[in-house]
Amino acid sequence: MSEIDLRIAAPVNGVAGLRAAGLAAATILILAAPLLASEYWINAIIVPFLILSLAGLGLNLLTGYAGQLSLGAGAFMMVGAYATFSLQLRVPDLPLPLALVVSGLIAAAVGVAFGIPSTRIKGFYLIVSTLAAQFFFEWLFLKFPWFYDGNSSATISLPRGLTVFGLNAETPHGRYYLTLGAVALITLLSFNLVRSQTGRNWMAIRDMDTAAAVIGVPVTRAKLQAFAVSSFILGIAGALWAFAYLGSASVQSFGLSRSYQVLFIIIIGGLGTIRGAYLGAAFVSLLPLALDWLFQHLFSGHVDAGLLQNIQKGIFGLLIMWFLVREPEGLARLLGIRLTARRRLFPSSQN
Amino acid sequence: MSMFPETLIGGLLAGTMYSLVAIGFVLIYKASGVFNYAQGSILLFAALTFVSLTDQGVPALVAIAITIALLVLMAIAIEKLLLRPLTNRSPMTLFMATLGLSYLVEAVAQGIMGSQVRALDLGIDDLPVFVGDIMISQFDLIAAGVALALGIGLSLLFNRTRIGIQLRGVADDTRAALSLGIDINRIWQIVWAVAGIVGLVAGLLWGARQGVQFSLSLVVLKALPVLIIGGFTSIAGAIVGGLIVGAGESLAETYLGPFLGGGITPWFAYALALVFLFVRPAGLFGERQIERV
Repeated sequence: MSEIDLRIAAPVNGVAGLRAAGLAAATILILAAPLLASEYWINAIIVPFLILSLAGLGLNLLTGYAGQLSLGAGAFMMVGAYATFSLQLRVPDLPLPLALVVSGLIAAAVGVAFGIPSTRIKGFYLIVSTLAAQFFFEWLFLKFPWFYDGNSSATISLPRGLTVFGLNAETPHGRYYLTLGAVALITLLSFNLVRSQTGRNWMAIRDMDTAAAVIGVPVTRAKLQAFAVSSFILGIAGALWAFAYLGSASVQSFGLSRSYQVLFIIIIGGLGTIRGAYLGAAFVSLLPLALDWLFQHLFSGHVDAGLLQNIQKGIFGLLIMWFLVREPEGLARLLGIRLTARRRLFPSSQN
Repeated sequence: MSMFPETLIGGLLAGTMYSLVAIGFVLIYKASGVFNYAQGSILLFAALTFVSLTDQGVPALVAIAITIALLVLMAIAIEKLLLRPLTNRSPMTLFMATLGLSYLVEAVAQGIMGSQVRALDLGIDDLPVFVGDIMISQFDLIAAGVALALGIGLSLLFNRTRIGIQLRGVADDTRAALSLGIDINRIWQIVWAVAGIVGLVAGLLWGARQGVQFSLSLVVLKALPVLIIGGFTSIAGAIVGGLIVGAGESLAETYLGPFLGGGITPWFAYALALVFLFVRPAGLFGERQIERV
């Protein structure tokens, strides 16, 4: 063993050890979060944050990795939510987790159907197809009472509440762990997916689809795969949004503004990164709270709610433009720069 | 049976209102390759500024002058602060930037001028006019006339004037235009300002129709299928596309709606646009692009 070997090996081990320790600490923190956070934080901030992250992840696979712009995230979430409702109502034997998966598959099928135009058109022409989905489903789920079981307020809520294999999950902790489980599992799968052949095909298409076709990437199939996977995840996110967060949902819960919100999450967080969805969702969930807090302390109630809403909207608009101009790769990249800088400073580290 | 021609003509006239909005998009797309999602908010901003000024007792002409001045300033600011730093970025990035812009413009317009519905009276009575036994709205006729005049005027501007030719040069090949000494930044400012003024005209007509309110900015969603059908780069296309969407919507609602439970207008235009896209991906009047690796 020469000295050089040791010098190279040691820092790598150090970083890896540090990473493992960090990961373990994070895992413990995440699992124990319900014990530390108040009920309000879990119900009103952490659960919606997790679900929005999931939705952002779903859209990011389509827009950030495969390069297919979509303004129909809300539509696919809607399909997932209404499918879960129908399954729980009409197939009572199916346990909730399985119903979620089946709903995801239904949303995936719908996503493929509305993704078919992407094989012929590209760029922002595609927003027509995804907007068509948005408006069509808003109409469909409101027009035909079968979809909401004739409920007088046209809303949907689970007939037996949030029950997972006979256990009642209708508590803050139950909602949290159900959401966390789904989010963690799907995130893990996504990490692997984007590193697989499929993910690499997507990125090749995003970077230049003509070139991708020339080197033999099956463009049509890969695009439809992206729509399927993205809609699957969005469908599950929609079902969770409706039943784990809101409790009862309607078409308005998944309107066009939801689609924009999810798009903003991935722009701010970072297009084409997995953690970008989390960073963006955290930003989108926390910014309104921070602004509320700030205005309450600065003006102590002198600013009316309408104006506050407009200020928030304006700040959002500004941030989106700022990110696109200054940091097109979003928060994920901003954080990435700081992390690599620190790693470079790590004692005797070579890289 | 005068139902069919009446539905058709009503639809065509309503369609010119869509064309009016779509023209603003075409202008900007032609010159800078941006699908300007903020056109709807600019339209709202223009109409809201005009109404707020006239409500304060400012004469209509002065109000129009002030609004146009604001729109020009806005165009310059947008070019300097947003378009210039984003030069050479992908069309998708530019589109998303205008999405952000629309949020900002809406927030500023509503934050300063309020979000309640304002009535706007242009002094045009909405009286029915009879041609044979077909009833036509006078307001629609005037709006259609304005759209047509605007379309012809802008086409002349593009094809006959020096600025128009420079503008087409920029649209055709930005780099070649630059090397010939065309000031593309100034061209962009002019185009965005003109698009703002087109937005003002559209905003006033739409505002007179349904009141000046937030939903005005959503006409952008009506204009999108129009653009897809007509092509992003042609003013004539925007007008024809508007007519097709207007007529299609009104015929579909009358004849197809009853079978589907009604209320199909919001998505019908999009379904129509998708059909067109499958047949002609570049729109009826659009230029087909050849891609190179």
